[in-house]
Amino acid sequence: MARIESPATLESYRQRLMEEREGYKTVVSVCGGPGCHAQNCNEIYDMLKNAAEKNGLTGTVKIRKTGCHGFCEMGPLAVIQPAGILYKKITSEDVPAIVEKTLIKGEIIEDLLYSDPDNGKIIEKEAEVPFYAKQKRLLMSSNQMIDPTSIEDYIAHGGYRALAKALHEMEPTEIIDEVEKAGLRGRGGAGFPAASKWKSCHKAIAKDGIKYVLCNADEGDPGAYMDRSLLEGNPHQVIEGMLIGAYAIGATDGYIYVRHEYPLTVENLIVALDQAHEAGLLGKDILSSGFNFDIQVSVGGGAFVCGESTALMASIEGRIGEPRVKHIHTAEKGLFKRPTNLNNVETWANVPLIINQGTEKYAAVGTENSTGTKIFSLVGTINNTGLVEVPMGMTLREIIYDIGGGIPEGRTFKAVQTGGPSGGCIPEDLLDTPVDFDRLYDVGSMMGSGGMIVMDENTCMVDIARYFLNFLCDESCGKCVPCREGLKQMLYIIEDITEGRGTMEQLDLLRELAEVVRDTSLCGLGQTAPNPILSTIKYFEDEYREHIEEHKCRAGVCKALISFEIDPEACTGCRRCLKACPVGAISGEKKEPHLIDQDKCEKCGICYELCEFDAVIRK
Amino acid sequence: MVRFILDGQSVEAEEGWTILETAKYYGIDIPTLCYHEGLSTYSACRICSVEIIRGGRSRLSASCSYPVQEGIEVRTNSERVRRARKILIELLLSSCPNSRTLQCLASEYGVTKIRFRAEDRGCILCGLCVRMCEEQMQAGAIGFVYRGVGREVAMPFHQRSDICRECGACLYICPVCELPCGGPLQPGQLCNACLDTVQLDPFPCRD
Repeated sequence: MARIESPATLESYRQRLMEEREGYKTVVSVCGGPGCHAQNCNEIYDMLKNAAEKNGLTGTVKIRKTGCHGFCEMGPLAVIQPAGILYKKITSEDVPAIVEKTLIKGEIIEDLLYSDPDNGKIIEKEAEVPFYAKQKRLLMSSNQMIDPTSIEDYIAHGGYRALAKALHEMEPTEIIDEVEKAGLRGRGGAGFPAASKWKSCHKAIAKDGIKYVLCNADEGDPGAYMDRSLLEGNPHQVIEGMLIGAYAIGATDGYIYVRHEYPLTVENLIVALDQAHEAGLLGKDILSSGFNFDIQVSVGGGAFVCGESTALMASIEGRIGEPRVKHIHTAEKGLFKRPTNLNNVETWANVPLIINQGTEKYAAVGTENSTGTKIFSLVGTINNTGLVEVPMGMTLREIIYDIGGGIPEGRTFKAVQTGGPSGGCIPEDLLDTPVDFDRLYDVGSMMGSGGMIVMDENTCMVDIARYFLNFLCDESCGKCVPCREGLKQMLYIIEDITEGRGTMEQLDLLRELAEVVRDTSLCGLGQTAPNPILSTIKYFEDEYREHIEEHKCRAGVCKALISFEIDPEACTGCRRCLKACPVGAISGEKKEPHLIDQDKCEKCGICYELCEFDAVIRK
Repeated sequence: MVRFILDGQSVEAEEGWTILETAKYYGIDIPTLCYHEGLSTYSACRICSVEIIRGGRSRLSASCSYPVQEGIEVRTNSERVRRARKILIELLLSSCPNSRTLQCLASEYGVTKIRFRAEDRGCILCGLCVRMCEEQMQAGAIGFVYRGVGREVAMPFHQRSDICRECGACLYICPVCELPCGGPLQPGQLCNACLDTVQLDPFPCRD
């Protein structure tokens, strides 16, 4: 494509693109997010495209593969615009019908529509599906309008307008003021005001004239994929945000640090950067403003700790990804000892929004001290797994029950874990806590980058604490003593408890150790690592006590504390469990009560799940 | 000059000094393991943590890297600091019982029992040897390998390299190479030989 020389050329190019697109009567957006990808969306997209071509629909129907739409539970998804009709759980067999009925005749296929599990009502439009209806999708909504590999789509959707405005109508300090007034706080976890960071980096003196802005896309929390979906589905918005930030700060170079476990993200990002380069939106004299800026992609090697700012910078520099003390702020001496500003993917994606909408409209969403929206990845035992974007201040209950559709199969809710492995577990009676940076911190958890794991009665809270601790123990870089040695000893203690060897003294020791690790660790990883332990002890101490004093795991998760037995009265001798037992621990004649050999039993629970007569008892 | 409160006294320090340097200047002892004047600051052992009160908020921070600031209050030996140091000593001794430095610290801080699972790994990963080799000996023959609990000091690929001149500087600076007074100890054992005397002389074994 030709270089875009000025804001006026950008606008006329946008106009032309929109006119070209007027020919399309229908646009089918097939979700290409991680969830749908795993469910064969690529094949569906290819089939749809071929079928549309064969039927001569090329000029009137556009088939587009986009980033994540959010409703992963119902994938593969497709939205048919302009009516906004949502088709869910599409299989390759559905494709001919979609082309014939919907694309050619304009009919709706009822079988592919979403039906509300509460009342069985069939819902045609995506916006009316309860999962979407309560969300405020300021960022995520663009995902389904854009093919991430097409800068034309982004520009047609209003892209780079904020950049043109910033470069030609605003002074750098004016932009920082706007971001400050908008109240933008870092979406990476700590919620630090973005404008304060920008301001100190703007003020910092670069000896050789080089300053950096970085984008942290090293999203490593188990079960979280918000940043991935944004960067993969709408890379240009993040690039535009970084460009505006760089202009405000006076930065000359940028890096996007993305983990290598996200190959599609890296691919889309590189395509997007090349396109932006070609269009003159990156490089020298951007939009004839005299502003020069360039972005490189740095692919991480897989260490969770590299999401920590100083470790991330060390990794980009080619050194071991280890944190260092930050008494001299990275705004003054960061990457390659030059002034550096680091923000998370979602933070950068918010920037064009603020410039386009104006601060008042932006700050009207959310709460007083946490403005805007936040994307959460709602996972665990919940009906509607997916990415949800909600205004800050919505309560956990609304997110879990109204949007998430509650807990499957009528089981009871036990806890929700927010903030990734370093977050805390929040119990039922705190579900009316509004989700914002400060309130989550008050209840012993944190916003984190936006993981939200829902747990039901079948989850053992001690085991959950063990799981997260084990993860962090693995991911600790090992530099400082409290994190390296402390987490290991905490894990030993918690393993003792889950395996029935724990004592009450150990529980006190665990608490004491957790507090010291929190107080003395070098970086954020160690300082927040005890959160899962401290919050589960705080809210679920009775479960710890049960494990220690009664050798009982009420959720039936901790293998050392449970056993399976067969009730001879209820057993019909159907041999189903006997055949399924992987270790041959079950014996018995046909139509005679069976018996489990406790020495051989591996406690996998297969017999318990299979038995149709409830004859297998878990103790 | 920067003015602040150090253990209840108003003190002055040069701009750019750390809390540890200032405390040394005023004769206040703060234990250190990974710090050495001649080497870059590493801030990993956290034993030099002190309580810093700033803007009404109290937190622990490693004094070896914390630059002095106007108006802060620093407590080098408060209850919270001692509690944290005791746990850190206990943690270190549970993985490295045969260090005279650590065993002396245990006596000094009244650590009389190790409540953690003990295993002898013979190294506290303070990194003094690595920095000594690289910064003072200009060799860089040793470095850290692996991550987290598996971290260790080694030569590249665990092979003897020609870069090592066998100068012995790493041995000289190692805080773990000298056996405790009580002789070789099993993991979990404490020397505590001078536990009774620490009341009379607070630092019997240290220079």
